[in-house]
Amino acid sequence: MKMVKTTLAIVTTAAVLGVSGFAQAGATLDAVKKKGFVQCGVSDGLPGFSFTDAKGAYKGIDVDVCHAVAAAVFGDASKVKFSPLTAKERFTALQSGEIDVLSRNTTWTSSRDAGMGLVFAGVTYYDGQGFLVNKKLGVNSAKELDGATVCIQAGTTTELNLSDYFRTNGMKYTPITYDTSDESAKSLEAGRCDVLTSDQSQLYAQRIKLAQPDEYVVLPEVISKEPLGPAVRRGDEEWFSIVKWSLFAMLNAEELGVTSKNVDEMAKTPKSPDIGRLLGIDGEYGKDLKLPKDWAVQIIKQVGNYGEVFERNVGAESNLKIKRGLNALWNQGGIQYAPPVR
Amino acid sequence: MQNTGNASPASGSFFTDPRKRAWLFQIVAVVIVVAIGWFLFNNTQTNLQHRGITSGFGFLQNSAGFGISQHLIDYTESDTYSRVFLVGLLNTLLVSALGIVLATIIGFTLGVARLSPNWLIRRLAGVYIETIRNIPPLLQIFFWYFAVLSPLPGPRQSLELGEVFFVNNRGLYMPAPVAAPGMWPFWIALLVAVVGSVLLRRWARARQHLTGLPFPVLWCSLGLLILLPGLTVVISGVPFDWDMPVLQGFNFRGGWVVIPELISIVMALSLYTAAFIGETVRSGIQSVSHGQTEAASSLGLRPGLTLRLVIIPQALRVIIPPLTSQYLNLVKNSSLAAAIGYPEMVSLFAGTVLNQTGQAIETMMITMSVYLAISISISVLMNVYNKRIALIER
Amino acid sequence: MSNTTHTFKPSLPPPTLNVGVIGWLRTNLFSSVGNTLLTLVALYLIWLVVPPIFNWAFLQADWAGATRADCTAEGACWVFVKERFGQFMYGFYPAELRWRVDLTAVLAVVGAAPLFFDRFKHKARYGIALLVAYPVIAFWLLYGGFGLQVVPSSAWGGLMLTIVIAAVGIAGALPLGILLALGRRSSLPAIKVICVTTIEFWRGVPLITVLFLSSVMLPLFLPEGLSLDKLLRAVVMVVIFEAAYIAEVVRGGMQAIPKGQYEAAAAMGLGYWRTMGLVILPQALKLVIPGIVNTFIALFKDTSLVIIIGLFDFLNSIKRATADPAWLGMSTEGYVFAALVYWVFCFAMSSYSAHLERKLNTGHTR
Repeated sequence: MKMVKTTLAIVTTAAVLGVSGFAQAGATLDAVKKKGFVQCGVSDGLPGFSFTDAKGAYKGIDVDVCHAVAAAVFGDASKVKFSPLTAKERFTALQSGEIDVLSRNTTWTSSRDAGMGLVFAGVTYYDGQGFLVNKKLGVNSAKELDGATVCIQAGTTTELNLSDYFRTNGMKYTPITYDTSDESAKSLEAGRCDVLTSDQSQLYAQRIKLAQPDEYVVLPEVISKEPLGPAVRRGDEEWFSIVKWSLFAMLNAEELGVTSKNVDEMAKTPKSPDIGRLLGIDGEYGKDLKLPKDWAVQIIKQVGNYGEVFERNVGAESNLKIKRGLNALWNQGGIQYAPPVR
Repeated sequence: MQNTGNASPASGSFFTDPRKRAWLFQIVAVVIVVAIGWFLFNNTQTNLQHRGITSGFGFLQNSAGFGISQHLIDYTESDTYSRVFLVGLLNTLLVSALGIVLATIIGFTLGVARLSPNWLIRRLAGVYIETIRNIPPLLQIFFWYFAVLSPLPGPRQSLELGEVFFVNNRGLYMPAPVAAPGMWPFWIALLVAVVGSVLLRRWARARQHLTGLPFPVLWCSLGLLILLPGLTVVISGVPFDWDMPVLQGFNFRGGWVVIPELISIVMALSLYTAAFIGETVRSGIQSVSHGQTEAASSLGLRPGLTLRLVIIPQALRVIIPPLTSQYLNLVKNSSLAAAIGYPEMVSLFAGTVLNQTGQAIETMMITMSVYLAISISISVLMNVYNKRIALIER
Repeated sequence: MSNTTHTFKPSLPPPTLNVGVIGWLRTNLFSSVGNTLLTLVALYLIWLVVPPIFNWAFLQADWAGATRADCTAEGACWVFVKERFGQFMYGFYPAELRWRVDLTAVLAVVGAAPLFFDRFKHKARYGIALLVAYPVIAFWLLYGGFGLQVVPSSAWGGLMLTIVIAAVGIAGALPLGILLALGRRSSLPAIKVICVTTIEFWRGVPLITVLFLSSVMLPLFLPEGLSLDKLLRAVVMVVIFEAAYIAEVVRGGMQAIPKGQYEAAAAMGLGYWRTMGLVILPQALKLVIPGIVNTFIALFKDTSLVIIIGLFDFLNSIKRATADPAWLGMSTEGYVFAALVYWVFCFAMSSYSAHLERKLNTGHTR
């Protein structure tokens, strides 16, 4: 017993003495480099955004953001470890340092950005909340949902938007909240609820997981703005910049026409000064970010530009078939816009 | 450190004097515990500050802004988080109370069935206990929720019982009594009946002590309890109006509804806990030696009376302590309801509220203290009861 | 006197209604009106429940095939379980390395086997050697290193993970629980208070809140940069949590030891640790073996709660597989299979505990 206590005492003292300073800016990058991988919090099973295939490999837009960060930091997109998180766990996990990046279709809001000790690095997907109902109900508009039972995922902005929407329109509803989107979808199917509400992209994703997707329809109303993006801990601007610019690099690459296929070629003979700066041929922009010179090349080569990532995961090449819409580049009718590398 | 106990001889040196060493030992232990506590507290404090996470309990006054599927007290989205806390607490208590009552009834039945002279009943009870208690409760909750209750028909195809009770995959709908105005005579009659029964019982007991003559207390008080309020009903009409559930739009409206999440969790937990209580009751009854039964029958007690006056009071002494821990387990297991979306403490407060506010430490602290408080109160209650029935040895 | 001898008539056979099958039926099933009624009701219940289940699980079930399309019959579709069996057992453990898991399991069975033979002489010494050596070998085989490819704990899953958590939980909770029990019975007030508080705290809170605390909040309590493996943290929490329960069981056993034993030990001049280690604990532990095994069973069932913190244990891998779009509508089969596996493990443990109870029951109990 005494031995145990002595050991404990030594460990405690050591630990107390060992922790004198706190993380300054840059601590996350150093820690990430030291452990050799990026710990990334993702969703627990949402086709198109983050889900595991039969072999247990993670796929999706949110997942690719993590890969991009790893490619930028290590030059190797595979140096990522994923923590599947429920909506309820995600912020605590990021706050506590359990994960380095939270890329889990999370809506950027002021309270999350300021009050919870997180900061959002950008927007990977402009979304809005919608409703998924069974065609049999004969509902054509969300305004007809008075008295409905609604399935929601616990701890999301949709929970709050839903209540606002029904109150504004003087309607009543009964919420049934689940921890995971799988459970909500299962309950919609079983008829426990009349309608499932979530971000529209998620509704499409969940619909293809139903046994008879054609029986269900997404209502036309979009009741909120849901800019989804990766978040990092507050107080480490350096890491924040890395995540932010990994995302911007993908957007800029699409704008400049650099793809995973032509990036090597472009890196040898850049077609324009913009491309040269992005790919590190010209200037020391990587060094400013504390990243290798070819950070953007690695991202584009191993993960792809934003357009490729979008089409591969949720767009025409996936079975979700979501149109670019708001998520097209600013010069193509959308609002995706990245500051230039310069 | 071999002789820390009270057995070794006292000697002069500091390290060989057991009493001084005991002090040293304890001081070291306390210092370590305090140091660990301070270490964790300090880390948390600096981590929170450093990461700019809001702390403190101010959030409890903010408006919640989300709906809750089952609330025993009035609740709207504009209510505060502290109200949400109350809703969650009441929902947890509801599950626990229903579960404890049901589990006790089923458990005692099982325990008696295990000792039944009927071979088939004995075996069935045995098979039930061995099956149920070896399957994780979480799995049983899933079973009730996904396999039993979800396949029920939707609201428009509800199974109905006389157009009064409706069962569908949204729950069990039944008429709710609404107190009609001007019903005070009914309540007064009920009060008089209750007080009367208590007094009657006292009197009958005193009389039996003096004269040995028994008095049919049960039947008399039952009569009192039915007749007096019944009389007022006859005189001034039924004290309640019934609020009937009516199919309107998507769902039934009005009446009382028991949501399937509640049914699943209560069924699963009470059946699961009952299996353990059954074994406890069986071993309790078996612990009463057979001589007691023989003595009772040689005194001329009938089997029913033997069970009630001789066996059960003695068996209870053995049963109460493990029964208490079963009750505690049930209360703690009620937190598994989070897995199927029943809005109790863990899912509502340590889940939704934690996530909407981001104040993990405060919400977890509150949640855990609530469970501690519930556990401690049940322990205290059962200890008091245990003391009352404990064997008084001379 | 005449020499007539009295000859007994051969005794009659017992009334046919009281012996044999009929007699047994009469005494056990139809001894009274009430009993007959009960029997009939029970038979009706059995008839109501058993044939449909049997039909579903066996007669009308699908056994052959490889995809969802092969699920054509009315009843259960065991193809699902068959196809996903590997994932249920090993989670995402690399398929080509699964022999290491199998080997670990085989070693455990082979290694522990001698302990169950009464004739084996050096049980204690062998047991201790096994306790020291096996965890090291098992960890090496499962995790890797020293020549083996490393499989990080995040790839562990399925039944294997469940067993790892349960086994480490049991191995850790027992000694810690005994220490806590000793502390609670200690004569030193400070130690006693600390142990009582610890025990009551852990017994008072639900395991899922503790797991949540450890999985997402622990880094808040620790210095920045210090991070521990998620699985390790969960296991540590399970160990502490169950140790509190073990402590109460052991305390019960210690209370049952008559005071004379303590006094006799003191009279022999034994100190505290020797009194406990050589006199009290061996007797107390023997008394509470059933209680300890019951706690182990509870622990095994409790491992299913790690689903809440996103570890892919047995139950979670099944739950995940049922959400696979390629295998929709298989949740009943999945959960039935899960229930069956948990049941087999727990029932085996409880039968063994009952067996031990009978074996060790030397007539002291009433």
